[in-house]
Amino acid sequence: MKAIVNVRLKKGVLDPQGRAIAEALRGLGFDEAADARVGKVIEIELDETDPERAAARAKEMAAKLLANPVIESWTVEIAA
Amino acid sequence: MFLLRRLLQDGCTIAARVSVPVFTLAEKPRRGEGMKAAVIIYPGSNCDRDCKVALERSVGADVSMVWHKETTLPEGLDLIVLPGGFSYGDYLRCGAMAALSPVTRAVVDAAKAGVPVLGICNGFQVLCEAGLLPGALLRNASLKYVCKPVALEVTNNDTPFTRAFSEGEDVVMTVGNGEGNYFAEDAVLDALEQENRIAFRYRQEVNGSQRRIAGIVDPTGRIMGLMPHPDRAFEAELGSADGARVFQSLLAA
Repeated sequence: MKAIVNVRLKKGVLDPQGRAIAEALRGLGFDEAADARVGKVIEIELDETDPERAAARAKEMAAKLLANPVIESWTVEIAA
Repeated sequence: MFLLRRLLQDGCTIAARVSVPVFTLAEKPRRGEGMKAAVIIYPGSNCDRDCKVALERSVGADVSMVWHKETTLPEGLDLIVLPGGFSYGDYLRCGAMAALSPVTRAVVDAAKAGVPVLGICNGFQVLCEAGLLPGALLRNASLKYVCKPVALEVTNNDTPFTRAFSEGEDVVMTVGNGEGNYFAEDAVLDALEQENRIAFRYRQEVNGSQRRIAGIVDPTGRIMGLMPHPDRAFEAELGSADGARVFQSLLAA
């Protein structure tokens, strides 16, 4: 089973990289690209068969290492 | 007098180039003060030797280099330095992996036992990730790596690392960072200001840091995170000798 952890910068935390991407998109003619935020996806292969247990452990992983709660928020998905 | 000093210094430099390998000169400790310091080396640290030389030349410290896999530190330390660099390739987040390194646990224990800890640049990031200092260091607002001497204000000269400065003094140290943009929530920033825990501020905007914070201390004052490099500004030949006083402050303690 696989845990997919999405980490993104919290609201209010400046994302200069996202801003540069939005600017580049507008430069390409995507005028509607008002802003962009960059995050990361971490996929973890788990030796686990119970989705609930997997989700609980993945949340712990996110809180302890994968995200920095000072600046980032995260969501966890479990896939087969 | 100045000219004479200049000549002597130049003379030394030339002599060093001609007759002795430079590293011998750099490694020759000028002991006497008896300060015992440890510099931690993480894989990817690149200012560890700069810190060693800076400590030897500024305060005559006896410096141990400690590899990240060590689980203990030398006895009787007066200072632990987490140097600049790119520990663990900056993987995941700057300092995140180093914060979990075996040696970092020993550093945290030593810090709690009262040993002063100075995190410079990447070391500052490690201290934040390890939870010894609040906040985090984000990508520079400009997205550019900044490498230049910067003017700093000594915001608080009443810490073990700033006693050799006067309050409000202008000093110059070199920054070299891509992720030096200090961030914390407003409540944390307010607390830092109220508790007088901002040691240094940038005189001008450098990397987007909240409230132009360049260096902060923990509530005891014994743990400091500093984005600019005192280890790149400890002798006039490097453009500034102001950084030496960060180390000398510890002797005045």
